[in-house]
Order: sequence, then C-alpha cells, then structure tokens
Amino acid sequence: MDLIVQGIIKAFELIISFDPEVMGITWLSLKISGTATFISLFIGVSIGTAVALNNFYGKRLVISLINTGMGLPPVVVGLFVTMLIWRSGPFGFLEILYTPYAMIVAQAIIATPIVMGISLAAIQNLPPNLRLQILSLGASRLQMVWVLIKEARLPLLAAVMAGFGGVISEIGASIMVGGNIKGYSRVLTTATVMETGKGNFDIAIALGIILLLVAFTINALLTQIQQRQHPR
Amino acid sequence: MKSESLMKIENIVLRRGGTTVLDIPELHVQQGRVLALIGPNGAGKSTLLLTMAGLLKPDRGKIYYQGNPVDSRASRSDMRRKISVVFQEPLLLSTSVYKNIALGLKFRHLTGSEIDKGVNESLEYFGITSLAKRSAKTLSGGEAKRVSLARAFALKPELIMMDEAFSSLDPPTREGLMEDLRHILEETKITAVMALHDREETLRLAQDVIVMHQGKIVQSGTTADIYNHPDSEFVANFVGTEIILEGTVKRCSEGNVIITVQGKEIEAIGNFSIGQRVYCCLRPENVFLSSRRQDKISARNVFEAKVVKIIRQGFFNKLYLDCGFPLVAYITIPSYEDLGITEGISVITSFKATSVHVIPQGK
Repeated sequence: MDLIVQGIIKAFELIISFDPEVMGITWLSLKISGTATFISLFIGVSIGTAVALNNFYGKRLVISLINTGMGLPPVVVGLFVTMLIWRSGPFGFLEILYTPYAMIVAQAIIATPIVMGISLAAIQNLPPNLRLQILSLGASRLQMVWVLIKEARLPLLAAVMAGFGGVISEIGASIMVGGNIKGYSRVLTTATVMETGKGNFDIAIALGIILLLVAFTINALLTQIQQRQHPR
Repeated sequence: MKSESLMKIENIVLRRGGTTVLDIPELHVQQGRVLALIGPNGAGKSTLLLTMAGLLKPDRGKIYYQGNPVDSRASRSDMRRKISVVFQEPLLLSTSVYKNIALGLKFRHLTGSEIDKGVNESLEYFGITSLAKRSAKTLSGGEAKRVSLARAFALKPELIMMDEAFSSLDPPTREGLMEDLRHILEETKITAVMALHDREETLRLAQDVIVMHQGKIVQSGTTADIYNHPDSEFVANFVGTEIILEGTVKRCSEGNVIITVQGKEIEAIGNFSIGQRVYCCLRPENVFLSSRRQDKISARNVFEAKVVKIIRQGFFNKLYLDCGFPLVAYITIPSYEDLGITEGISVITSFKATSVHVIPQGK
C-alpha cells in the first residue's frame, strides 16, 4: 500500500515539475499517435466511404474483412511490419526499423481499419435517398461525397477518437518496431512497461497517469466538438 | 390542350432483381402543366420519378429532354441541373435551414449575394423566412417539408418532381401546404410531375394524370377524364366512384355558391371567388331519383335527366344520366321497378347543396 501512495506522490512531482524526460516521452507519444491517426483518417475515411457508396461483387466479404481488421492484434501488426522492414525484408532499404517512422507506420495500420469500419457504418447509416437528393440538387459526384462526409461528421469524430485511443494505448507493435530507445523511440506505453520491469513504480505510475490524462484530454476535446454540433 | 413536350420517355424498362419494376412504352411531360402519377403503393411511381429525373438508370429505353436524347453521362448531369426533386422524406442536412436551401445554389458555384438572394426569395415563397437560422433537425414535419420544397424551388428548375409531397402531414398542415403549393405552381408556371396519393390532391394540383399499376401505365389523360371516364375496372376502383364536374363560380355569398357546369347551375356550400374554376364532386349515393317534379323535394339542385345507360350491380342498379352534364345514381331494384326506368326515359334527379364537394382547380 505504501508503495502505491509513494508512487502516486512521486508521479505528481514528476508531472508538476515538468520532468524533461517524462515530457519528452509524452510529446513523442502524441506526435507518433497523432500522425498515425491522421494518416489512418485519410485512408480509412476514403476507403470506408468508397465501400459504403458502391455496390460491387464481394462487398459483404470486404465489409467483414474491415470489421475483422478493427480488432487487429497490435503484436501481429508489429510482427508483420518488423518482417517487412527488416534489413533483408522487402522494405529493408528504407532502414526505418527501430525508428519513430516505423512506429507511425505500425500504428497507422492498426488505426486504419478502426477508422474505416466506423466511417463505413456512418455513411451506410445515412438515409438511402440522401445521395440521390444531393445529386438531384445538382451536385457532382465529388460534391455529393463531400456533403455526405460532412453529414456523417459526428460518427466520424467517434472514429477519430477510437483510432487515436487505440494507438496511443497500444504497446505490442510500438515496442517491436520502435525498440523503446531512450530519447528516440520511447513512448508512454513502452516506457511504462520498462519502468515497471525495473521496479520503478513511481515513474511507471506517473507515466500511466499521463497516458490516461492525454487520452482523456483528447477525447474530451473531440467530444466537446461532437456534442456542440449535436442538436438537442 | 396540346402544348409543347418538355420531356418524352420511350420504351423505358427498369428491372430489379429479375422483376420488371417499370415498363413505360411512352410518356410525355407537357411544358407548363402539372402531371400527377397516381396508383397504389408499389405501383412504381417513385421509381418512375427518379428515372425521369436521371437519378436511376433504366435498363432499356430513352429519355428526351427538350427534344434531345439524354444518353450520356454529360447529358444526364446536364438534365439533372434543370430538374429539382423533392423526396417523400425531407432529407435535410444537419445544419441551418438557410444552409440547406443554399446547398444547390452552392453546387452551381454562384456568388454569395446571388445565393443570398435565391435563398431569401425561396424562404419568402414558402412563408418560412423566420426559420432561416433554425437548425434543420429541430423542425416539425410540416416545416421540414416546406424547407425541402424551398430548397428545390430555389434552384429555379424548369421541371420539378415531387414524390408524395403531402404524406405524413397532419390535415391542417397538409391543407395549408397544398394551397400554398397550388399558388406557387400557378404563379411560377413551372412544369411539375408529382406522385400523389389522394383524389383531392390530384384534383387541386394537376391537370394531367397517369394511373400506374405494377410498373405500367394503365390510363393517362386529363384529370377530369381519368375521374369521369375510367377505362378499366382497376382505375375505376382506384379513383373511386365520384362524379367530378368541371365548373366556374358564378355567384357566391354567405357560404352559398352557385357554380355553372355546362350551362347548368349547381348550388353548393363554400366560399370561392367569382370566376374561379372548380371541380364539383358528387357521390352517386347522394343523387336521388323521382319520376316527376314534386314540390316536396327539399334539395336545392333539381334537374331533369335522361337515362343513358343502366348497369345492374347486385341489389341495385347504377344509372348513367345526362342532365346537360353527366351524373351517376344508384337505385335499388324495387324503386327501379316502381319508377319503370328504361334507357332513354326522362327522370327527375336531385341532390342537396351540402352533398356537393367543391374543390378549386389547379392553375
């Protein structure tokens, strides 16, 4: 019990004093997961929308695959990304293994199906005749798609939250492709694991609290935007 | 009567999952007129509307717009910009009423002031200026319907398509909207095609009617034609048995109205302006027969009529009469025998002023 109380006190010290190492780790986490979410947003929303709006043979299979992808285990993603960018692998020439870039790639791969699945459902949930109504008002196909995406903005914000929440708290892939290199590829989750292993519970608790705070702040911000848009 | 054809469709066939949902050999939309599509649910009215609007691609057949074939992607999108479609559900975007109405104008890349002018005009037309800043998702059913109509009219289309414009509105809201729409159609002289549900809507708004059943046209003609001369049992059952007479208001005072119908005067109840063109609707069961003019008839409308045709229908006969205008009456077999009715004889017909349902004509 003492250990926990001690840990929490130390944690707050680290946070309040803006400990440079802890702040560095936090900032890197935000950068990597933010970039990964941003990339997944582009790929996820465009493919999700395309699948939702087009009828083609095997559409159901594709939707099932996307939905399965939403639960993609990060360690599996980590394993495949590692293999691909391993020095002798097909993308070995990029030499990005154990760099933040590799972590962005891995996290984007984890977040993309989540964003894609939610976008797909969001666009599919719009009234079926809405597309025709927008076209009949003289929209080009591109204008129509843009209006639909704007109309589905509330669930799309949920997609952003789910995607970001998934990758900021993910550890398996980050540690495999990033390597947890101090001051270079160490992020909140990997650092927490390491400090716990070393018995530095105070630092681990501090990192854990920061992780929760970051996730909470980002989600609170997005929820604020989402709910302001939402008419009562 | 014969006016320019704005749109013509030829041999349109549309299939959905192996069944033919639309099979229209020919259809004309006349410039400046309102065409009603009527028929039971699932008759293909909405599908036909969407096909005509270029939103559904038929499996076979051709659409001509202003004489030019619409057969390419470019010509289809070109035609779409001249047609506005109002769907059964309002389909408003979750933003303000103003932005909803501005949507189509924005697609056309108009300037801010042009958009502003167009939106305000349309808001005014439909009497919803006060709603401009409201969020579209907080509107009542009737208000939302008006916004969706205003959005379509703001584009100043050459042709407007409306799918069940009045469905799911409560009677007073529906009545108000119908009357406003009638005025707007009259004022703008816009060509319209409307899928409609009931007789009153059709009589009030349309001049031409197409009756549809199972994806096919079963009868087409002017409104009075369809209602007075259904040429199949299906149409007769669908449009009902009422007699519909076209007339003009001659006098009107204190709720009593005199309407001239083919030279005869019919008295009815209601307030209309003199010279207004109306339909007088009359149910055959409210038309009474007697053999000679009697003083005790209290009904306001008494006419001498010639029996044109007799059709036996179970326990009663249906008589087609001519009293200067056509009339239909039911008579029980005993009374029929009592009066000694045969084709060609003259009888006295009467009906109360309150039995006449007067509907203003569209345009």
